[in-house]
Amino acid sequence: MNVHIRFSPAEQAAFLQAEIDGEYPDARGRFGPYGGRYVPETLIPALERLTRGIREYLYRDDFQIELIDQLKTWVGRPTALSFAPQLSAAWGANIWFKREDLAHTGAHKINNAIGQVLLAKRLGAKRIVAETGAGQHGVATAAACARLGFPCVVYMGAIDMERQAPNVGRMKLMGAEVIPVIGGDQTLRAAIDEALRDWVSDPGETFYVIGSAVGPHPYPWLVRELQSIIGREARAQFIAQQGQLPHAVMACVGGGSNAIGMFHAFISDKSVQIIGVEAGGRSPALGQNAASLSYGWPGVLQGCYSLLLQDVNGQIQETESISAGLDYPGVGPEHALLMAAGRVHYESATDADSLVALQECARLEGILPALETAHALVGAKQWAQTHKDHHIIVCMSGRGDKDMQTLQRSLIDPLSATPGS
Amino acid sequence: MLPREHLTAVIRRVNARGEPALIAFLTAGFPRAQDFTEHLLAVAAGADVVEIGVPFTDPMADGMTIQRSSQAALKQGVSLKWILAQLGTIQRPAAPLVLMSYLNPLLQYGYERLAKDAAAVGVCGFIVPDLPFDEGAEFRAALSLEGVALIQMVSPVTTPERLAAVCAVSEGFVYAVTMTGTTGRTIAVPDTPINYLENVRRHSPVPVCAGFGIRSAEQVARLSTHVEGVVVGSALVEVLERGEDPTAWLRALRP
Repeated sequence: MNVHIRFSPAEQAAFLQAEIDGEYPDARGRFGPYGGRYVPETLIPALERLTRGIREYLYRDDFQIELIDQLKTWVGRPTALSFAPQLSAAWGANIWFKREDLAHTGAHKINNAIGQVLLAKRLGAKRIVAETGAGQHGVATAAACARLGFPCVVYMGAIDMERQAPNVGRMKLMGAEVIPVIGGDQTLRAAIDEALRDWVSDPGETFYVIGSAVGPHPYPWLVRELQSIIGREARAQFIAQQGQLPHAVMACVGGGSNAIGMFHAFISDKSVQIIGVEAGGRSPALGQNAASLSYGWPGVLQGCYSLLLQDVNGQIQETESISAGLDYPGVGPEHALLMAAGRVHYESATDADSLVALQECARLEGILPALETAHALVGAKQWAQTHKDHHIIVCMSGRGDKDMQTLQRSLIDPLSATPGS
Repeated sequence: MLPREHLTAVIRRVNARGEPALIAFLTAGFPRAQDFTEHLLAVAAGADVVEIGVPFTDPMADGMTIQRSSQAALKQGVSLKWILAQLGTIQRPAAPLVLMSYLNPLLQYGYERLAKDAAAVGVCGFIVPDLPFDEGAEFRAALSLEGVALIQMVSPVTTPERLAAVCAVSEGFVYAVTMTGTTGRTIAVPDTPINYLENVRRHSPVPVCAGFGIRSAEQVARLSTHVEGVVVGSALVEVLERGEDPTAWLRALRP
């Protein structure tokens, strides 16, 4: 429970009802108190054009036909819903995985990237920019741009380029220009700042494909709309196989795009517990984690009013997580709202526990999850202890191939260094 | 006279001499925190209005110079609270003071308390690059209680309807961004910005001051007949960084 955030039961009920009734984001781009559009004046016309573009094209039949065709024939949707028998036996509850790791380019990010690039085409954009943390969104955007014939520039923190080197190579092979960001914290946050600076220089012809459910309105809404296919598919697949709803769904939360994608279809299913797991890093101390819902309080960062890891002077704090994709001091405004409404429970998992869960999953199920996803597995493992034989779906948001360098250092090298082995 | 009216009046007074007002920006505490008040007074001696930058970790509208100066100031512990305390220790210069800050440090300080504390040390206005006018009602209301201006920014891509709406709530002066992009890049001031600046002037009840990318006397001269003021930022920060005399540099910018 976040000690900074208190709403009355009546306020919570009103938030939840508005969310279920589809009233968020409202006309001002808000999810209850959170969200909005805090950007330089130069970006306002581009955001308004994008908002109109979403309303005009996203729900139109011809756009949906084109999007669904790409999702089916290129991305590989629907992704599987896999039962995990060995982990279920080991942990106690019935564990299911929604297999976004099987989507093209290896994570859920492609659902959003292909949708946004298709929209950019409709809006007459000439050039795409994106930011990336773990590199998965950069790879997905590079792939979508290659597929649809757009020049693509990806901003990536210099630290992230080092820890996610294979993804840098993948982006380059697909024709993207990858620009290292040496300012700020040299991770995802600095990459977003730099992508915004690029966009502000040419808001007319450049389209900014943001990678998570963060940023100014309409991005949190657009990303949620494009990612919520995850939960819709999972819900239908589970009902088809089990004839009932799962007892819980779970996802990791950085900016929160796979999580909002997984959760959105289940929000009105009141019997379904919804749990988000943030990066607990090394400890709960400020600067040693990236758990903004657990430890942050409201503020404005990168266009959006949400919960932030910050100091008393409003300076944004550096974060720490073994997973580059969760290493962000803010969180999407809809998650802040879902926490305020009391609908979703948010907790955090440490680096160390995530590495253990990752190993168990790899050994028992033959699935190597991304480090981000491993945080959700920690949550599932804990939940399973008190929910024997209940069903939980975990969003397997991405595969761990990109993390081999980190895993080599933290798991594999120490093993071979053990005396006698 | 309210602080925001004083700000407008000072700019108009310079205009009456046939010159544009010179608005000079410095990042508080850069390059060294202990030199802040000395630098501030030296800048005030050469400028008509002083814009004091509150450093922020994520200055998304700023180029490399102000990103670098902000980070260096933050490393020395500079905060909004510290800046206001420093302003309380000096003899108030003739040039009105405005604060430039991204929204989050202001939000965390608390709008009403900030309006009071800022007015008490002679701050006449605020420039908030990530607060577009439609999100600004709450802060504008708090500042208004103290007569302090929330200075609005407009850009060459601002639509005509929006320009009219922004100008309608403008106080102090309107900050017309000369180009799309971040601060600190050199621009030649081509014809389109001139037309745009003239258009902003037609709508604005308060003086129009142009900023972003202005570094030379030649640029100031070229803009002088089209706006009521010019803002110099990154170039002055670089002057201070090199340890040169800001008063002389600013005086040399005037026509």
